[in-house]
Amino acid sequence: MKRLRWFLGLVIITGIIAVIILDHIPSLLEWQSPFLKRAFFILILCAAFCLWRILLGPTASDRAAALDIMGILIVGFCAILSIPTGRDWYIDIGIAWALQSFISILALGKYLEGRRFDE
Amino acid sequence: MNEIIGLIFIAIGLVFDFFGCLGLVRLPDIYNRLHSSIKCVTLGTSSILLGLLLYKGFSPTGVKALLCIIFLFLTAPVSAHVLARSAHKSGVKLWDKSVCDKYAEDKK
Amino acid sequence: MKTKIILFITAFLVWILLSWSFQPMHLIIGVIVGILVSVTTSDMFVKEPKIFRNTKRYLWLLYYIPVFIWECVKANIDAALRLVHPDLPINPGIVKVKTTLKSDAGLVFLANSLTLKPGTMTVDIDKENGFLYIHWSDVKSQDIEEATRLVVHKFERILKRIFE
Repeated sequence: MKRLRWFLGLVIITGIIAVIILDHIPSLLEWQSPFLKRAFFILILCAAFCLWRILLGPTASDRAAALDIMGILIVGFCAILSIPTGRDWYIDIGIAWALQSFISILALGKYLEGRRFDE
Repeated sequence: MNEIIGLIFIAIGLVFDFFGCLGLVRLPDIYNRLHSSIKCVTLGTSSILLGLLLYKGFSPTGVKALLCIIFLFLTAPVSAHVLARSAHKSGVKLWDKSVCDKYAEDKK
Repeated sequence: MKTKIILFITAFLVWILLSWSFQPMHLIIGVIVGILVSVTTSDMFVKEPKIFRNTKRYLWLLYYIPVFIWECVKANIDAALRLVHPDLPINPGIVKVKTTLKSDAGLVFLANSLTLKPGTMTVDIDKENGFLYIHWSDVKSQDIEEATRLVVHKFERILKRIFE
């Protein structure tokens, strides 16, 4: 049963990655570089995993953890977007986002410390 | 030449990011999830930023990417530490097959 | 006074990295902002100014960075291999180890390094008695001495020479 679930997940994820790499996804942006377009969609897949954990997580701490991981992923988004668009200020947004997400996670951790786990 | 090496670093970073977020879905309890995903995502995003530094050279963008790597390595483990401690204090149990929990024994 | 000078140099370095341009206007603004920051917040960050004069510490810091990056890459490959294995070969638990570091900066760097090292994540620090609580994804020993020898020893040896 466990092996069957593992195999099913492997097939689904390999299918999604194959769709991304074979470039079947239409996009609104104009991408000069085909590699960076695929990199962008793989990061969107990672963010979708985080959203899955935010929707499903049994406790509030799980959701906060997924939020933290997504905050770090957004820095990667900004770094990748600054190459094909040629706008250098995306990396400024990345630095500001890294620091601000750290402070908000500190506040969220302090807030969750005194509560029971299902509130 | 530098641009190709930069794109290779970006690809390595994408692989690590993907495994980190997969761990967020697959592992059984919050401590294991934080444990694997914070490692993989920190190194993966740092690798993407290092690729940006190699791609752009020592221009303003590249140096800002270097500064961003330092910030990430200083702040990301601290946030994982804070989240794990707050989860333990708010009473989230460890996984059933865990071996020991010395922290709960000492806290009483 | 010494703490103010150290903080001013740090703030000015960060300013130069942030605006990578060497026109005099940018440098003057950086000096003004650095003086403002160092006058207002000098006594919050630097506790002992005399340890910054020791040159040996910087050399040990340079030695520490490649060791740390190598351990970090090993940790990532280890975590990724455990993740994709169908049987999920983890054996988790929270163990207690002890440390001999006393200073705040040393403890913070030790906890951060342990979080990015293979298989361990810091959960809490007991600063008075010098204990660390560590979530270990593959528990090899529950004894304090044995776990300390396996987990902490390698980084503590270097960090003691940098921060103490």
